[in-house]
Amino acid sequence: MASTHPIEPVGAELFEPSTDGRITLLGGRHRATGRLVFPKPSGQDHEPERLPSRGTLWSWTVQRFRPKSPPYAGPEDFEPYAVGYVDLGGLIVEGRLTGAPLDGYRIGMPMRVVPLELMLGGPPRQVLTYAFEPEGLSE
Amino acid sequence: MSSVFIVGVGIHPFGRTEGRSGLQQGVFAVRQALADVGLSWADMQFAFGGSDSAGNADTMVSELGPTGLQFINVANGCATGGSALFGAYSAIASGQFDLGLAVGFDKHPRGSFDPLPRNWGLPDWYGDTGLMLTTQFFAMKIRRYMNEFGITEPSLVRVAEKAYRNGALADHAWRRTPVDAETIATSTMVADPLTKFMFCSPAEGGVALVLASEKKAREIGGMAVRLRAAAVRSRPQGSFEVFAPMIEGDGRNSATRLASRAAFEIAGVDPGDVDVAQLQDTESGAEIMHMAENGFCADGEQERWLAEGRTEIGGALPVNTDGGCLACGEPIGASGLRQVYENVLQLSGRAGARQVPGEPRIGYTHVYGAPGVSGVTILER
Repeated sequence: MASTHPIEPVGAELFEPSTDGRITLLGGRHRATGRLVFPKPSGQDHEPERLPSRGTLWSWTVQRFRPKSPPYAGPEDFEPYAVGYVDLGGLIVEGRLTGAPLDGYRIGMPMRVVPLELMLGGPPRQVLTYAFEPEGLSE
Repeated sequence: MSSVFIVGVGIHPFGRTEGRSGLQQGVFAVRQALADVGLSWADMQFAFGGSDSAGNADTMVSELGPTGLQFINVANGCATGGSALFGAYSAIASGQFDLGLAVGFDKHPRGSFDPLPRNWGLPDWYGDTGLMLTTQFFAMKIRRYMNEFGITEPSLVRVAEKAYRNGALADHAWRRTPVDAETIATSTMVADPLTKFMFCSPAEGGVALVLASEKKAREIGGMAVRLRAAAVRSRPQGSFEVFAPMIEGDGRNSATRLASRAAFEIAGVDPGDVDVAQLQDTESGAEIMHMAENGFCADGEQERWLAEGRTEIGGALPVNTDGGCLACGEPIGASGLRQVYENVLQLSGRAGARQVPGEPRIGYTHVYGAPGVSGVTILER
């Protein structure tokens, strides 16, 4: 997965890269109330906070049809993909799932955050987003 | 506070009507509701109306007559119709007016809804990367629920089967043909575990209700069903709602629980008193979960209720007697009012082939949608 130049993250302050090629999701801790939210809202009211990189699969489904564009910015040529919620301990976060066959996910599975490269349309561009992958697939 | 009565109802058939705008479908429903009670547009002191994507309701005065009435446009997502009704209810309950209208209509393009993240307080990447779909939310909510409370796939099929069977008996329904269990179970998978026939579709339609104070209702005479409660609530912290990049806690709190509790309290009745219920069935699983969220059964009991046919028209608690959203489709602005329309027919003994037996007295409606709003009404004959 080594590339000569870094791929643009799909959103600002969404995650930060770590040295081992992984990424860490960023939540936002509200400075006044202490409430932790994901994703971190823009602006100064929330302080960025790193979220746990491991959790368990809370629920999941498969997107079987190509969503309408907008808002979906994926390629015209559509491949179904899995999405899910992962319980990171206190906060349950939604994201794409990767690393298993579409019917290979189960509630309660140990999951971890991984980077995911996606092609988006418009003018075609490659972006980096986050996804969750079942633990123990590759080390 | 004055008691509030529904004295006239009108509906434009749901589904697809080429060549007729959403607004015109709303006007059609208003004319029918006025004819139902034998009043004219000029008698109306006020109206609350709205659509999600078919224009401003107050434009109706061009067709119905510029009488100078107070007309309030309502836009509240999937609870637009429920909110229009709440407005009309409050206008009469407060004593300010005696007679007016709640109207909702819509006309959506084919296929799934296509919301834009920025209109929902979400970053663009949420839509760009393919996470912004109501279908995903409902699929993941029911999958979690099935896993926690032992609901099985045959229950999802049973709900859809019932919907199309009931829809076949309702003049205003879109899908008028029964669909067998195998077809439902094996139709195209849309968002696992939900198939095509387990999902409702965006559609078209219009509904109008004429509301009156007790004094006015008596003056008019004829059919009158009392609107004992109308409540709308938004999402609380710790709930799991549509378009949510995150969930706090266990996600078990919900806008629906809040709206339901409020309505029962206002009406002074219990779930056990309800004789007929129309519950938001965006998909089969939603009806199942909403049975519990609205207080009609404990989590997990739905499995047995459905197997025993308790929610059939002849059962202990008939649910979605006109086929609900599954058979009628979902024109957002009209959907919640369709539920009330159906209950008015049921409570006044005018539901024809789908009439709930035993002269039902209390009717309950529940509409739910993005971004986590619920509207509940309780009617009494």
